[in-house]
Amino acid sequence: MRENKKLKKFGSLLVASSLLAGVLAGCGGGDSSSSGGGSSSGGGSDGDTIKIGANLELSGNVASYGSSIGVGADLAVKEINDKGGIDGKKIELVKVDNKSENSEATAAALKLATQDKVVAMLAPATSGNTVATVQIANSNKIPIVTGSGTAPNITVNDDDSVNEYAFRTCFIDPFQGIVAANFASGELKAKNVAIFADNASDYAKGLAKSFKDTITKNGGKVVKEEAYVAKDTDFRTQLTNIKAAKPDFIFIPGYYEEVGLIVKQAREMGIDVPLMGADGWDSPTLVELAGAKALNNTYITNHYSAEDPDQKIQDFVKAFKAANSDKAPDAFNALGYDTIYYIADAIKRAGSTDGEAIKTALADTKDLSLVTGTFSVDENHNPIKTATVLEFKDGKQVFNSKVNP
Amino acid sequence: MEWIQQLVNGISLGSIYALIALGYTMVYGIIKLINFAHGDVFMIGSFIGFYAIAKWELGFFPALLLAMVVCAIFGVLIERIAYKRLRNATRIAALITAIGVSLLIEYTTIYFRGAQPAAYPEVITNKSFDVFGVQISSTSILILSVAIVLMILLQFIVHKTKIGKAMRAVSHDADAARLMGINVDNTISATFAIGSALAGAAGVIFGVYYTKIDPLMGVIPGVKAFIAAVLGGIGIIPGAMVGGMLLGVVESLVSALGFSLWRDAAAFVILILILIFRPSGIFGKNAREKV
Repeated sequence: MRENKKLKKFGSLLVASSLLAGVLAGCGGGDSSSSGGGSSSGGGSDGDTIKIGANLELSGNVASYGSSIGVGADLAVKEINDKGGIDGKKIELVKVDNKSENSEATAAALKLATQDKVVAMLAPATSGNTVATVQIANSNKIPIVTGSGTAPNITVNDDDSVNEYAFRTCFIDPFQGIVAANFASGELKAKNVAIFADNASDYAKGLAKSFKDTITKNGGKVVKEEAYVAKDTDFRTQLTNIKAAKPDFIFIPGYYEEVGLIVKQAREMGIDVPLMGADGWDSPTLVELAGAKALNNTYITNHYSAEDPDQKIQDFVKAFKAANSDKAPDAFNALGYDTIYYIADAIKRAGSTDGEAIKTALADTKDLSLVTGTFSVDENHNPIKTATVLEFKDGKQVFNSKVNP
Repeated sequence: MEWIQQLVNGISLGSIYALIALGYTMVYGIIKLINFAHGDVFMIGSFIGFYAIAKWELGFFPALLLAMVVCAIFGVLIERIAYKRLRNATRIAALITAIGVSLLIEYTTIYFRGAQPAAYPEVITNKSFDVFGVQISSTSILILSVAIVLMILLQFIVHKTKIGKAMRAVSHDADAARLMGINVDNTISATFAIGSALAGAAGVIFGVYYTKIDPLMGVIPGVKAFIAAVLGGIGIIPGAMVGGMLLGVVESLVSALGFSLWRDAAAFVILILILIFRPSGIFGKNAREKV
């Protein structure tokens, strides 16, 4: 009995101490991840700094996306501050880790809005996490901008109403389908096309639909539509059907794990027409699965290419390499970088750090020239911007062209 | 012409199903156990082949042989550790153990190498032959010939050797076989060894043909092979071969007709129809229990 009591006491002590440790660890994490020379503690942005929050995936299963956005954003903040900041005020980036989880993303947004009192936020890198923060943004009147959340429902609700405080720097999913269709009928002069889509993902279905609409509008004909489900390994039967329809172009929206096998099997079966996909193909694993040779004569749409000869992009690549030990920036780095410039431009034009004013300025952005393309914001808070088309040559992504919407 | 092409696709797929189904059917024939861990032996075989080719730079045939040997040992280990002590337990207990072993193998593999897929290196230069407008790749010819050679070898072992005779005897009546001086435990182990070796071979072939392998790759082919075994008549060796080929061809034809999303459903519909109308399978005899 006595011993039991002791054990209980010990147990509760353990719980209490672990709770305390958790709280301390939480604080520590918050402190260490806030970057910039910000010594100003609290007081919002009244002083000589402007606080911008960054609610990012710095750990968890998509940590690479969030961290890349963060690295790009850091560079942009440094550049702006070196040039004197926004109207003399320096930007301070407050980073919070949302652990790649929706509930953590909501909590992080709440912390940034109420404790750190930021004037705007970099929203998480993935669509799901960003959606989880939209409500906080709307109710606290603090604009959020996601760098790479491509799902349409971040800015527009199902009932077509626009989320007033939600913005993004990247294009939305269906847009890539439009670009691919314009590229197919424009550059490749494709007339009879086939679509082979992943039937288990909203991303692929959205792309397939917008591709089909656009290509039909361009005077092309969809001669065959086939589908597969994620995790399939044998695509030969569907490819045989596609081959029989004799298309001169095949659109394959999907993710690299299946696409790698599709491309390989298609080439084995003697299908040598151009194949095209979207940013879901963008992974080194694709080259491993398909083989460099099979990937020749395939194209993808993407946000940006480090090999783009455009002066603005080359300047960015140079600055990024100098700051990050010669590593070439990827699309997420570029989007993170652009997002900061997008927000900074809006704050400057708004002339104040009031959330409502910044929101209006973000929505009014026109012809803003950024690394991932010059863009204007449409009435649904989505940027209208160019997409980059890349071609695979011997397993390497080579810049091909830019396509306007 | 596409129909012949689809038939070729189906036969390639079917020969992989058939090789896995053989292991199911042999084990069921001898101890009346549905060895659900069999699909995972197939996965292990595939990874052994992968490491043999990618890391130790062996050719296709040495890798195939190595995978078969390792899987044979692995199969015997599974039988000795997990199933032997359950020989007199209820069949449901053994079945649940088999599912447990299956999960254990899958997640141990994930623990050690992660769940990300691996890409099989190109071990055979792949050429496509154009036969009357039908594209037949050299890998699919290789798959088919390896499968057929292994099946002939199996027929030879079962019908012409002493261990094969012992297997048939134990499968017919284990107690009587024991009375005749047959070492039942060793015979059962041998059955596991042969069945697992075939699964290992199927794993390597699968890797070469489909490129992508991952720790959970055995689940769906395992279930399909089980359907193939039931379709042919579980416990009957030629039944597994025919069942596997038939299932592969049916799946391809379903896709060819434009119902590619229904392919898996077709396999399970076949299972249901067989269980309702002909539970003993195509080759099964309608054996009555004697009182």
